[in-house]
Amino acid sequence: MSQRKKTSASQSKPQRTNENEDEMTFSQMTSSQVQRARENFASVQIDRKVAEVVQFILVKDQKKIPVRRADIVKHVMKEYKVIYLEVMNRVRRTFEQVFGLKLEEIDTKNHIYILINKLEAGGTVSMCPGNPGKTGLLFVILSIIFMKGGVAKENLVWNTLKKLRVDPREKHDEFCDVKKLVTDEFVRQKYLEYVRIPHTEPVEFEFRWGLRADIELSKLKLLEFVAELHDQDPQSWTQQFREASASESRT
Amino acid sequence: MSRPMGDSHRRFLQSMMSNGIISSSQAKVLHKHCCETHGAHYAHDRLDEFIDVINTQLQPMFMNIRKGMSEEDGLQYYALVNMAETDVTRMASDYADNELELFRKTMDLIVDSESGSASSTDILNCADSLQTKKLKKKETEHVLNKFVQDKWLNEKHGEYTLSVRCIIEMEQYMRIIYQDLIKVCHVCQNIALQCQICENPRCGIKMHLPCVARYFKGRSDPHCPSCNDFWPHEIPEILRSQSQGSQSLSSSAKENTAPTPSTSATRRSRRS
Repeated sequence: MSQRKKTSASQSKPQRTNENEDEMTFSQMTSSQVQRARENFASVQIDRKVAEVVQFILVKDQKKIPVRRADIVKHVMKEYKVIYLEVMNRVRRTFEQVFGLKLEEIDTKNHIYILINKLEAGGTVSMCPGNPGKTGLLFVILSIIFMKGGVAKENLVWNTLKKLRVDPREKHDEFCDVKKLVTDEFVRQKYLEYVRIPHTEPVEFEFRWGLRADIELSKLKLLEFVAELHDQDPQSWTQQFREASASESRT
Repeated sequence: MSRPMGDSHRRFLQSMMSNGIISSSQAKVLHKHCCETHGAHYAHDRLDEFIDVINTQLQPMFMNIRKGMSEEDGLQYYALVNMAETDVTRMASDYADNELELFRKTMDLIVDSESGSASSTDILNCADSLQTKKLKKKETEHVLNKFVQDKWLNEKHGEYTLSVRCIIEMEQYMRIIYQDLIKVCHVCQNIALQCQICENPRCGIKMHLPCVARYFKGRSDPHCPSCNDFWPHEIPEILRSQSQGSQSLSSSAKENTAPTPSTSATRRSRRS
């Protein structure tokens, strides 16, 4: 726990200039420079680095914490960062071939990655593995947002949850602090976005789908689920059906 | 001869990653489910070969799906372990430094004990003398609960034992740091914490309770397999599901062979 605090403290201003340097390192190195750099490292050492990066990403992703490229370079690559691209290519291939996972960059500006399930067929990926309660709660919230056209005011979400006997004002048996779970944990994991509505007094917030939800979940499947709940055809919600079909063809 | 890795293997591996540890019967069900989901050829008695395919691919990553027996119920379990770690670092990302120190001390107490368990009182005493940062009574209780929830320890009537997950994942580490001090089962050659010990002071071999149950099954007059003295302890009953898993006992002994050859292990236990 103390280790986690350390890394978040280091993500302050100085880090940004280092990232700019990294950009130059990656884009301006010529192939011969990379070649020479690679020759300095024994292939067995490179293999080990690939293994360490894979482990690093797996541990972070297991907690649904998105992985920052800067962290990979700082904590794992270290002096090997000149061959970062080659190591990452092998890491990507390993994830696909061994684990059936895809390393997806959800933030191309800050270079943040998550792992998504690439195995075709068979059910939805579990959003909170080992915790069906949390998965269910998240799914309900995402449905509310989706059916509302992609944005839902926080009061709407809280009121709907209250009807399901999940009250953010009270301590819940399974989820403990519901508000914290929804506005902090799910947001950190990039399943939800909790955004302040500008010019509101007192301050109001709204919920949107997070980047991870966009990638991991099929909107079409979600709509089909909602439709089944109401015993109706998914196409009776024309707007949502159009959005769901469009997003399906995008992935 | 081994099959190439397919989606059925990957699904199995993904499931192992989210579960951490599964029982042998759960593994069999999962094997069937994975093969059927991806239309792969399914042979119900080829689970170990199926896992071997995965392990071949995991080897460069220093990971392994390892089989082990629970000291409590004698059943086989499969756990996904990280072999690059030579310490309790497997837990490092989930616990603070002093909590890890407490875990190591608890493990010391358990390994040292005859019963293979540590009382909460003894653990609380350790918490008071930690080198990193002392833990108060309430904090200690909270951490112990976490250890149990995360499946590193089991708790019964205030006594703590190492879980099957802990033993499978940390066996390598324990053999390295405890060396001769750790008890080894005479029957299956794996680490034995909760076990019966031969009362002959010149013998002193150890056997897991489930191994005792299997070894002495049906014998009314049990004798120590090593020194032939009368075996004075109560012979436990084999659990029904345990007898179904007994066929895999030999293969698990093979898979869990320690780095040290078995002959020297028995020689060592005779000396103690």
